[in-house]
Amino acid sequence: MTALAVGTRRSSGLGDNVWVRFAVRRTGRLLLSLWVLVTAAFLMIHALPGDPVRAALGPTAPLELVQQRRTAMGLDDPLWLQYAHYLGNLLSGDMGSSMTTGLPVSEIIGARMGATVELAVLAFAVAVIVSVPLGTLMAVLAGDGRRRAGDWMFTSTSVVLATIPEFLVAVCLVFVFGVQLGWAPVAGRSGPGSYVLPVLALALGPAFVLARLVRVEMLAVLQTDYIRTARAKRLPPRVVYLRHALPNAVTAGLTMGGLMLGALVAGTVLVENVFAWPGLGGTIVSSILAKDYPTVQGVVLVYGVGVLLVNLAVDVALALLDPRSAIRES
Amino acid sequence: MAGGSSRRWGRAVRSPLGVTAAVLLLAVLLLAVFAPMGWQARADAVHPADILQGPSGDHPAGTDLLGRDIFARVLVAARLSVELALAATGLGVLVGLLLGTAPLLLGRRAGRWAGALVNVAVAFPSLLLALFFAVVFGVGAKGAVLAIGLATAPAFARLTQTMAATVAGRDFIAAARIAGVGRVRILLRHVLPNIAEPLVVAATMAAGSALLAFAGLSFLGLGVQAPGYDWGRLLGEGLAQIYIHPAGALAPAVAVVLAAMAFNLAGEVVARAIGLRSAESGTPAGPVTAPPPRAAAATEPAAPLLAVENLRVTFPSLGAQISPVREVSLRLRPGEAVGIVGESGSGKSLTALAIAQLVAAPGRVDADRLEFLGADLRGGGAAAHRRLLGTSLAMVFQDPMTSLNPTHRVGHQLAEVVRRHQGADRRSAWARAVDRLHAVRIPAAARRARQLPHEFSGGMRQRAMIGMGLMASPALIIADEPTTALDVTVQREVLRLLENIRTADSVGLLFISHDVTVVAQVCERVLVMYAGRIVEDLPSGALLQDARHPYTRALVAAVPGMETDRDRPLAVIPGRPPDPARLPSGCAFAPRCPLATEVCREQDPPLAAYDGDRRVACHHADLAPVAVAPYRTTAGRDES
Ligand code: SF4
Repeated sequence: MTALAVGTRRSSGLGDNVWVRFAVRRTGRLLLSLWVLVTAAFLMIHALPGDPVRAALGPTAPLELVQQRRTAMGLDDPLWLQYAHYLGNLLSGDMGSSMTTGLPVSEIIGARMGATVELAVLAFAVAVIVSVPLGTLMAVLAGDGRRRAGDWMFTSTSVVLATIPEFLVAVCLVFVFGVQLGWAPVAGRSGPGSYVLPVLALALGPAFVLARLVRVEMLAVLQTDYIRTARAKRLPPRVVYLRHALPNAVTAGLTMGGLMLGALVAGTVLVENVFAWPGLGGTIVSSILAKDYPTVQGVVLVYGVGVLLVNLAVDVALALLDPRSAIRES
Repeated sequence: MAGGSSRRWGRAVRSPLGVTAAVLLLAVLLLAVFAPMGWQARADAVHPADILQGPSGDHPAGTDLLGRDIFARVLVAARLSVELALAATGLGVLVGLLLGTAPLLLGRRAGRWAGALVNVAVAFPSLLLALFFAVVFGVGAKGAVLAIGLATAPAFARLTQTMAATVAGRDFIAAARIAGVGRVRILLRHVLPNIAEPLVVAATMAAGSALLAFAGLSFLGLGVQAPGYDWGRLLGEGLAQIYIHPAGALAPAVAVVLAAMAFNLAGEVVARAIGLRSAESGTPAGPVTAPPPRAAAATEPAAPLLAVENLRVTFPSLGAQISPVREVSLRLRPGEAVGIVGESGSGKSLTALAIAQLVAAPGRVDADRLEFLGADLRGGGAAAHRRLLGTSLAMVFQDPMTSLNPTHRVGHQLAEVVRRHQGADRRSAWARAVDRLHAVRIPAAARRARQLPHEFSGGMRQRAMIGMGLMASPALIIADEPTTALDVTVQREVLRLLENIRTADSVGLLFISHDVTVVAQVCERVLVMYAGRIVEDLPSGALLQDARHPYTRALVAAVPGMETDRDRPLAVIPGRPPDPARLPSGCAFAPRCPLATEVCREQDPPLAAYDGDRRVACHHADLAPVAVAPYRTTAGRDES
């Protein structure tokens, strides 16, 4: 919470050109990545061995039908023309239509994206809300030289949890809370209860990794001169830790947190499949299996853009929290 | 070197973590090699009679939809799972190495392209990359190996790139290049061997991640296809029956996690062995403890501002206890300015921190007496004297660039003092802060108060620090090298400011510095510290002309005087201060002392009264100060 308060602070003295340069460079990088992403998604279909339409329709489909589809999709045009069409269509929000259902891909995505976004956002929120206090607490305890055992347990738990990927955590959660205890529903999205396990499965690993990071950063910050100054002012420990140390530690943790948020977005794919969550994760897998390439293309694009936006948001948040990072960037 | 590294390896492998990692990894590898030989038949035997049985003696993890033994299947699946993961890792490492060393191999231009590609690619999580490539290469084991391998590559390329860049900048590479050694040869012979260790660590850990990623893809149905099976596929099959038969999903899950952990742990152990990681440690403040009560020290009638007797700071170091500060006694009257001088490492700053109760754990502070304004600071911990110290004791630290919190406004950092200790409300605290900033001559104080520290110059920050000390009504200011980081003009301003404060409000000043001249200017008394002890205590008037301790004289002699040529290198005292862990017997200064004799090397001279109110710890304090002259020429000659 303190971090947010810091974020609203204006840093007038930096000079406007630093911010302008930051904005220009960051936007440039975003556009470059976007271009790479879009081009990769476009080329994906063409890199496939064999004919994607034939693959989708199966070996028994009549030749005319395949040819008809190919022409409809413009697959016989020269590559550059197809690329131009693809870009043009994308700009107008047209991602083509599914080869299996014939529905527009944008419609399919629109119908399922909400569930995925909800899951990712909730999980990230839980991870942050758990990790910051936990990491701070562990740093303070470790710093005092007390509770060695607790510190050791925390570190090993977080190491183990960091190794276990979210879909295995999901399986364990299903087993414990769904099968053994029967507390929470384990499939689908119906009512608040159904969010509990998927969100937990996604958030548990990141929460501990982040907590470990906050702890390390916190320990480093506690060694700094300005914390010595805060102690010299005889502020109560609570104030030293929460108001003076934490915002600085969180700034450093945020970079890593951003990377993890990106991974968390990707992690939803697996977790959604464990819990039969009606989001994009199910769509991408089923469309890959059905060789429904336009849909795959669209969903990959959406995930990619999601990750890029997350990275952007993290960089901007970082720059607001710690103006020096903006200087470094420009 | 080789002996050292093999010892490190030995230690790493013998640690509990090392043993666990080695055993686990060995088990996984053995299983991967031998399991199909032992259990293949059992794993494939279909028993229509016992479909979906729970765990039993016959089937430790039960049976699947076709009545096959799940435990045997999990064991047998080790082969394929590990094989595929290693193949994917190998591919990822290879592609990563190629991309990462492109700047070296292909020259700048191509290198920049490779770098840009890697930069864009690492922004995406590897699972997403893997999904993308899985589409391109098609569903199935081969496609998944390619997909996971390529998805690992960017991170690996980034690592190679950074490490190769640092190695490539070194002299021997430049030399090889000038000698006309080819690029490939430089890469193979000079660069790769130097970054091999961290790359092996990263590759080991990447194998763990590949194993998990593979499990993920197979679980989704995009990896290994029936009738083949790896752990991911078994997991996927098991999950469908988890309500009826949880063991079917849990057994492969446990196998994947254990195997991945084996690789990760092994990587971690290797990383520690080659010194890439060190155990973290943290050390914030520990309380001051009173030593076991002794016979009451001679009681003083008048309460001085600060009275310290027999102060000692102890740190644990490699199993032993070292005391970088010992037997320090000093006393300050209200309004008095006392200086502590000494080289770095003499214990002067630590003395200041100890008095201010700011020594960090695991450091310990003991004293026979530690009184400030009549309060015994030894007992009760930090909380007991918080208010007293917070309002009456001000600290100014050496480096103003780092001593202010970079994320808090300067005014807030000042206002905080009175808000916490005197319960001032926000507005009056802020007004006081602006007023204090004004008092330390910060122009446009009201505007400046709203700024962050990085918007202040060094001199302004130091004045702000002093202003912070003036928020309440300090009786003592402890200034630890307050002007060392500042340039000469600013230094003078800050000193004048301290002087004004001291005389105006009769505030005591404990001034720590390595600079004899500054101390002589600012202070009335000077304490000279060497190797953690006070070796001389004298009025500052006597410092430059009539110091008795050879160390003090050497410090004075090292100052470039008016008559010295500015271009001559600064005279320094030859030799270095002793390591507090290995103090010589006898006088600690003896190895560097031109006057040292037999007795000096045998007996540590006590700090004894000398000439009325002075104290000095030297066997030959009576020798004429003439001794300084030849000493000084030696020092000069040594330098040139
Ligand atoms: S005691 Fe001896 S060695 Fe030590 S300072 Fe005096 S003269 Fe030098």
